[in-house]
Parts: sequence; C-alpha cells; structure tokens
Amino acid sequence: MKTVSIKVKGAILSVVILLMCLFIWHMATTQKVTPPPRVSTGSSEYSSLMGQGGSEPVQKTGFPTLTQMGETIYKQLSHPFYDNGPNDKGIGIQLAYSLGRVALGFLLAMIVAIPFGFWIGMSPLTYEAFNPFIQILKPISPLAWMPIALYTIKDSAISGIFVIFICSVWPMLLNTAFGVANVRKELLNVAKTLEVSPLRKAFLVILPAAAPTILTGMRISMGIAWLVIVAAEMLVGGTGIGYFLWNEWNNLSLSSVIFAILLIGIVGMLLDTAFGKLQKAVSYAD
Amino acid sequence: MQIENTFLKVSNLSKSYKADAPPVFEGIDFEIEKGEFVCIIGHSGCGKTTILNVLAGLEEASGGDAIMLGKRIQGPSLERGVVFQGHALMPWMTVLQNVAFAVKSKYPDWSKEQITEHSKKYLAMVGLVNAENKKPSELSGGMKQRVGIARAFAIEPKMLLLDEPFGALDALTRGVIQDELLKICKETNQTVFMITHDVDEAILLSDKIMLMSNGPNARIAEIVVNTLPKGRKRANLHHDAMYYPMRNHLVDFLVNRSKDLQVRGAKGELDGYKPVIVLPGVDVVVA
Repeated sequence: MKTVSIKVKGAILSVVILLMCLFIWHMATTQKVTPPPRVSTGSSEYSSLMGQGGSEPVQKTGFPTLTQMGETIYKQLSHPFYDNGPNDKGIGIQLAYSLGRVALGFLLAMIVAIPFGFWIGMSPLTYEAFNPFIQILKPISPLAWMPIALYTIKDSAISGIFVIFICSVWPMLLNTAFGVANVRKELLNVAKTLEVSPLRKAFLVILPAAAPTILTGMRISMGIAWLVIVAAEMLVGGTGIGYFLWNEWNNLSLSSVIFAILLIGIVGMLLDTAFGKLQKAVSYAD
Repeated sequence: MQIENTFLKVSNLSKSYKADAPPVFEGIDFEIEKGEFVCIIGHSGCGKTTILNVLAGLEEASGGDAIMLGKRIQGPSLERGVVFQGHALMPWMTVLQNVAFAVKSKYPDWSKEQITEHSKKYLAMVGLVNAENKKPSELSGGMKQRVGIARAFAIEPKMLLLDEPFGALDALTRGVIQDELLKICKETNQTVFMITHDVDEAILLSDKIMLMSNGPNARIAEIVVNTLPKGRKRANLHHDAMYYPMRNHLVDFLVNRSKDLQVRGAKGELDGYKPVIVLPGVDVVVA
C-alpha cells in the first residue's frame, strides 16, 4: 500500500515538474518575440549565443518556442524513415544506424570480454599478468582511439564500431573476471565433490553464479557505448543520431537539435531499463 | 595388506599449513567399518573440518594416508557425498534442480524422467515433496539443510561426510532432522562420518565417537564406543541407564581433558600414541 502510494505521488510530482519546466521554457521563449524584435536585452544568453553568426535571421530561428518544438517533433515522428539522400534522412533511419553500430560493437565486445574475463577470473596468474594492461587501457577515452582506428582500419563506419567495442569491453571484462573469481567456494566444492566436468561446471555453476555481476558490467558498458556513439558519429559523420545532431546544428535548427537530444535520452533510458530487466532475470536471492 | 575388511582406514594423517608452525593435527589413526556412524567431536581449531575435507578429497593432508576400500583417497569422488556446513545449494536452482544436478552428475546416462523420479524419491525421504519447485531462498534453514542431505543421499555414495550439518538450526528442527537422518541411515545402511559440537547429537546418532584433543598438535585422544543400545530414540534417550555415564564422559573430556594431549604433543612425547578405546558405563576410565 505504502510503496504504491509513494510511486503514485512521485509520478504526479514528476508531471508537475515537467509542466513547470515547460512553462518556464514557454515564458522564456515567448517573452522574446513580443517585445521590440531588435534590442533583445532580456532574451537571455541563449539568443545572444545563437545570434553571434548571422544578425538578420536570428530572431526567427532563435531558441525554439514550445509550438515550434512540437511541430518539429510531429514532423520528425510522422515520417521517421524517409530517405532524401545522404544529408536528409528520417530520424528512424539515423537511430537505426546508431543502434546498429552500438549493437555490433557491443556484441563484439561481449564475444571477447566474457570468455576472456572468464579465463582471467578463473586463473589468478593470468589475472595478475593482464591486470596492468587492463588498468592502463581502461581509463583511455574511447575517442582517443579514433585516429589509430581510422589509420589502421581506413573505414570510418568500422572505426565507429571499433570505438564502441573498445569502450564496452572493459567494464564487461572486469566484471566478468570479478564475478567468476568470487563464486562462493562452497558451490565450487559441491561441483568438485560431484565430479562435475569442467564445461558443465563453467556453464551450470560458475556462469549462473557470476551472471548478475556480468550483467552489471554489460549494463555499464551499454551506458558508456550509448554515450560514446553520439560523440563518435559527430566525429566520423555520415549517418547516425550523433551525425544528425551535428548536422542540425550546422543547419542552425535548434529545435531538431533538442529533439535529437531528447531522443538520445529516451533511447538511453530504454536500453538501461532493458538491461535492468535482464539483470533482474538472472539475479538470485541467496 | 590386511586392509580388505576395513571400509575406511586413516593412518598417521597430519596437516600443517606453514612449515615453521606446529601441525594442526598429527598422528590421526582410525578406521570406519561399513554401515558405521562415526561422530567426531572436538573444540574449534582442532582440524575436524580439515580431516573431513581430506576424506572428501577437497584438501590434501601434509602426511599420512586415507584409504577407502583399498584405494587411496585422492581428489573428490562421487563415492563420497558431502553435506556442507552452510547448505551450499545453488541459489538459482529450485530444490528439485539442485538434487537433479547431483543425480545427473552421478548418472549422466539416465533419461530426464529417471533423474527426476530418482531425485523426487530422495526429496520425499527428507519430507520435502511439496517444496520441490521452490528456490532455496524461499526455504527455512532446516529445509535447506534437508535438501543438502537429500542431494548427498541421492548420489548413493559409499560414504557420507557431514560437516556440522545441524549447527545453524534451532533445537526443535534439529531434533526432527536427526530422527530423519537416523531413519534413512538405518534403511540404507549408510556409512557416515560426521562432525558435531553437540554431545547429545553424537550419543543419539553415532556408533562410535572420536574425541579430538585441542589443536595445534591435535590428535584423536579417545575413541568412545556408544554403549547405548541401537534403535535409540530422541524421546527416551535420556532414560537409558548408559546415557549419563556416556554424556558425562564426553562432556568431561571436552571441559577437562581435551587440553592435556596438546601439551604433551607439543613436547613431542606422543609419537606412536594410540587413542584409548573407552566404553563409558561399562568399563572404568583410567585417565
């Protein structure tokens, strides 16, 4: 009873906060249009920031009002999959590109990190041997790899995937190793006394025991990958939500930029929720 | 060798973790016959669990041998089932899956139905038919331990090793499971080696009680033959004429005499020491 009522109360408050933010937005953007169009001292830093480039069309394309925003969202969402050439694709296509890159890079990272993490988790010696390298490689910003990736791979699309791979690999690797190394000794002893074969032990004892920790690593990796893909696509260009965002900035279409930002947030949240669900599915009460 | 008749023979077993420290225990000699229920009692730190782990094959002794059915114990084996101190059930498996996992390990060629049926039989033996689809976290401590016992019995081991299986249970639950264990062991003529801290439990369950002196330099000080007649029941145990001599002897040892050997052992006076065999209430103990 009590938890439900708190949830409902929270939801109501969330709506109130949202309405308040929208109201502030509305006030801040409409104020600027009604007073004299030229001298806009009260129009906040936004418009001055925006107005730096061209002085004439500034007032028209300044920070979007709520209605402009709504129009953009409606326009984008009503035709998400149109394709009018390289610089004009629907938001659905752009998102699909980004998600595809993330999925591919993430999958590759999984294929490498989980078996490798298993190995170093099982053997303290290999853990000690590889640990210094992992510790040095882990804190490197994934985008720092970009020049090397571009130079060696010579393909911007694959370089993007590589960057996703390199940023998702570390949390998964370390969490897998940690989870595998910390399987309760009792359970391993049970497996030993039952003379369970190594493969059966790995899949039926160690993997389920370490699964919650591994999933935590995967969740962290997915979060980082989604952060990085936007930046990587801005750098690499061509397709994807990051490129879309940058392109709309170059078009000075702030409403589209905000729309892209919103979408990045929502997709990131959905991804995280999905992994949260997965995590719950494999976790167990002790 | 004349060990053919002996089911399990342990000779001169010792264990030391550090080369410069005195061994935890040394000169451990005992035998267990088939169908015998043997308890080992001693204060913490005398190496009871280590002895059990050596018998289970989970740990290596520093010296000496453990020979079961003419074969030296090296590494774990399905011939010896272990019930661990903490229940050690796989928390992500249901009760039935936990037992079936063990059965499948022992009989890899069995069909799924066979495995399930066999597992259920042993779950029924410990009175857990209705809980087979529950996860361990949904069970009480006593029920978890029963699953552990069912799992150990289900692989039909030649010897059962129990490491203080009832230590964490309340007295009532413990009593019920003790009765069940006694019944199952009688039905299956199971050979059991069990660690306990509970003197009454030892009197109820075992045919032979080994008393260990304090560690380090722990040894088996006495082997006490249970002088209470077979077919013991928890309900009338304390009315037996032998109960008090038996109980007094065991408690006396734990309180007063368990330190003696340690002192002598540290001085190296105990080489070749053989444990005293005692029948409390029948013969008089010469201390």
